[in-house]
Amino acid sequence: MNVPDPFAGERPKLSPFHPRLKALNVREAWSAWNGYKFAEYYYDAEYEYFCVRNRVATYDISPMQKYEIKGPDAEAMLNRMVTRDVRKIGLNRVGYTLWCTDEGRLIDDGTIFRLGADRFMLTCGSPCGAWLAKSAFGFDAVTISDWSDELAALAVQGPTSCAVLKRMGLDGVETARPFDIRHFDLRGSSLMVSRTGFTGDLGYELWVSPEHALNLWDALYEAGEPYGIQPYGEAATNMARLEAGFIMPAMEFNEALKTVHFEHDQTPFELSLDWLVDFRKPHFSGRSALLREQQAGPKYRLARLDIEGNRSAEGSHIYRNRRCTKQIGYVTSAMWSPAAKANIALAMIEPKFLNGEMWAEIYYEKELRHYSRVARCTSREKPFWTPARARATPAPDF
Amino acid sequence: MSVSSSPALDAIVIGAGHNGLTNAAYLAKAGLKVVVLEKNDYIGGAAVSRELHEGFTYSNCSYMCSMMRQAIHRDLNLSRHGLILVPYLGTVNSGDGDERLISYHDETAAYLELKRHSPHDADAMHRFQADLTRYSQLIRKTLLRTPPDPARLRPRDISELLFLAKQFWSMGEAQIYEYIRFFTMSAAEFLDDYFENDLIKAAMATPGIIGTALGVCSPGSAYVLLHHVMGDVDGNIGAWGLARGGMGAISNALAGAVREHGGEIRTQAGVRQVLVKNRRATGVVLDNGDQLSARIVVSNLDAKRTFTRIMDASDLPDGIREKADNFKIRGSSGKVNIALSALPKFTGVPDNPYVNRGGQAFSGSMETLERAYDCWKRGRWSDDPFVESVIPSAWDPTVAPPGQHWMSNFIQYCPPQLADGPWTAEKRDQFGQTVVNKIERYSPGFKDLILHMEVRTPHEIEQEIGLTEGNIFQGELTLDQLFFNRPFPGYGQYRMPVRNLYMCGSSTHPGGGVSATCGANAAREILLDLRRPNSVPEDDFFDE
Repeated sequence: MNVPDPFAGERPKLSPFHPRLKALNVREAWSAWNGYKFAEYYYDAEYEYFCVRNRVATYDISPMQKYEIKGPDAEAMLNRMVTRDVRKIGLNRVGYTLWCTDEGRLIDDGTIFRLGADRFMLTCGSPCGAWLAKSAFGFDAVTISDWSDELAALAVQGPTSCAVLKRMGLDGVETARPFDIRHFDLRGSSLMVSRTGFTGDLGYELWVSPEHALNLWDALYEAGEPYGIQPYGEAATNMARLEAGFIMPAMEFNEALKTVHFEHDQTPFELSLDWLVDFRKPHFSGRSALLREQQAGPKYRLARLDIEGNRSAEGSHIYRNRRCTKQIGYVTSAMWSPAAKANIALAMIEPKFLNGEMWAEIYYEKELRHYSRVARCTSREKPFWTPARARATPAPDF
Repeated sequence: MSVSSSPALDAIVIGAGHNGLTNAAYLAKAGLKVVVLEKNDYIGGAAVSRELHEGFTYSNCSYMCSMMRQAIHRDLNLSRHGLILVPYLGTVNSGDGDERLISYHDETAAYLELKRHSPHDADAMHRFQADLTRYSQLIRKTLLRTPPDPARLRPRDISELLFLAKQFWSMGEAQIYEYIRFFTMSAAEFLDDYFENDLIKAAMATPGIIGTALGVCSPGSAYVLLHHVMGDVDGNIGAWGLARGGMGAISNALAGAVREHGGEIRTQAGVRQVLVKNRRATGVVLDNGDQLSARIVVSNLDAKRTFTRIMDASDLPDGIREKADNFKIRGSSGKVNIALSALPKFTGVPDNPYVNRGGQAFSGSMETLERAYDCWKRGRWSDDPFVESVIPSAWDPTVAPPGQHWMSNFIQYCPPQLADGPWTAEKRDQFGQTVVNKIERYSPGFKDLILHMEVRTPHEIEQEIGLTEGNIFQGELTLDQLFFNRPFPGYGQYRMPVRNLYMCGSSTHPGGGVSATCGANAAREILLDLRRPNSVPEDDFFDE
């Protein structure tokens, strides 16, 4: 008997990898991303984090938004939209970039893949089709297609990721430099591989059409079996990216187009992403506002904090004094870092206080009772996790 | 030969085990000129990883880690020196027959598994864990502190005793009584109060005998149990981890910290004799006859070895030699490291990548465990021993070729002296076969996977590492040898009976385990004596 599902319209969509993910999500720990059912974790969040840091693990990034931008005006159009000089992204290279409103507030961050002279792929965490359409205004020779549902993607991250891809038959993949794109034939289907990722470690992202997604998965998991390959979810991703110092929407920044309150969104300078803003290139959205901000100085700076003690400073306010009477900022993300063995945080701090004393007022709970503790914070220049293998070419086997 | 009146060295540390290296790192960090002397041509002592078969890096002695203090790891920047500790998922405990008990991380899975064996015990586990956590938290507070001397009662001792009293009283009256009882109980008696299922009891009892010449029914084994579950990995008390690259990675990272601060490490530099002049240690004579002098000498060797092997009885105050002779340091464990051509499978264990890659503990039953101890008492290795197996290569891609594995097997019991004469290579191999046969019982076909084996009885452990009788804790963890009684009453604060001589190994508080605490605590006392500011951290347990 075939009873129509009365909830069909509100159930999340399933990723092309779902049949495999479902079998491995032993804990049934699902959330959702861009309309897709999405794993918070599969077996154990901490275990998955350590697979990323110590072995190899995969992250289904199919729900990420992907757009193809092509045509003679494609480069100019993207260059008008984003803060980085797209002309400098070579063929088969990827560039991490930001795009802002005219007020210089961050809409989103993402990556631009140059697939040809006039052909690009833009990926980002949230849908931005409407903004792309707006940005294409005045550029006649450009076509924008939403590939989000047309392209499956899987991040393969961790120290043995390259070894596993080689074992899967991707000859020469170890010679790919960070942000390189390579094309391979995998059992009769075309596979695009970029040496990119969101973990700060050695890693790759694999792009394939949805009908070949399970073939890719099976080949990868067969090659990765002796390496203990394991899927990881959002929980482990969030740990890894925080150690690497990468920003996250709804954590470090509130997307400008979704922001209600004045300046509750952020600018690239506030997020300490100065290097991604190129004033030497032609005009781009937010340029004037960002120039003004650069001269006047941003109201906040995103800082990496090393905090004494071991209790996470999640949600803490940062003060300039131990008595916690003068607030100078707030924590955006925080955790105990198992790899760095440090109590780490990203925090927005008023720039003039960055070189002085900083104290976090940390609240925590112990068997239903609430406690607080004031802990000294030290600002750190470098990310907490920067293994040499992440940059090494040829990529090492572990 | 000349010994200058102002020695070029501030400190000599004897033995490059992990505590010696920790001690040296802190002394060097404080600006002292330090040299670490190691008899072997490799460093690490019992926290060591060596390639004995091509492509396989064994952690030859210690194989897991849980007690390594986070505060030290962080303070000495050991992550930057290449150390990453990876927690591993639970252990499968096998009974004498087909029963298997799997310890899962996940609360729901763990509860269901216990309930399958005994609904009563599944409920009791909550109280057991709460009690054990409470006991652990109290002990943990003492790890990175120097024990007070209750007989001397200097102001520092008094304040330290008050600190402890405060922690103690905060548990409440009923728990204080329980805690005092706990220290002298056997693991069996302790567990009888909670559990009815024998396999659950056996699984919980095994930490009470590891490395110890006691049986599950011997008084004092309850504390040893606690000693093995009070550690943590990233704050998860009771969790165990593997060092990426093997346990030697811990020693290597510590050595990195020693060198970062200007300290020197010399291998193949065994110490023959500690030089004493006017009741003060002044330096050492090496095995090759070279003489080194320093303001202080720190021994990372066990108490027995320090006072009976590298010191002259005439240099010691009355009674010390007797104390050292009577120091309880009975060897009781063996270690078999095996290179395998594939991942072994175990009967009755679910074939999923989490459970079959975890630890395997062949615990048997309470009866089997006690009988295994009976063999030791009679000067034989156990014919049906307790074996704890871990396959580090299932977690760490750096220690074996892909698809191949190495398996660490810890065996209880194996005596340092056999009733039927001295250890020989033949007897050692027979012992190894006993272990392999035991594993084969649970993993048919296991023998066919073996590519190479390293068999270590207490005899080999003593010969190679220098641990007297092969005792892995540098002295047993019984109340008479713990806290301010460790190694000897009156010498619980790292200063030894000869001036300028210190001890920093596991023979001192808080005892065995790769914790780096003994070395760090000793450094704190040394810096105090040298009137240097203290740079040794204390644990930060504000959230416990």
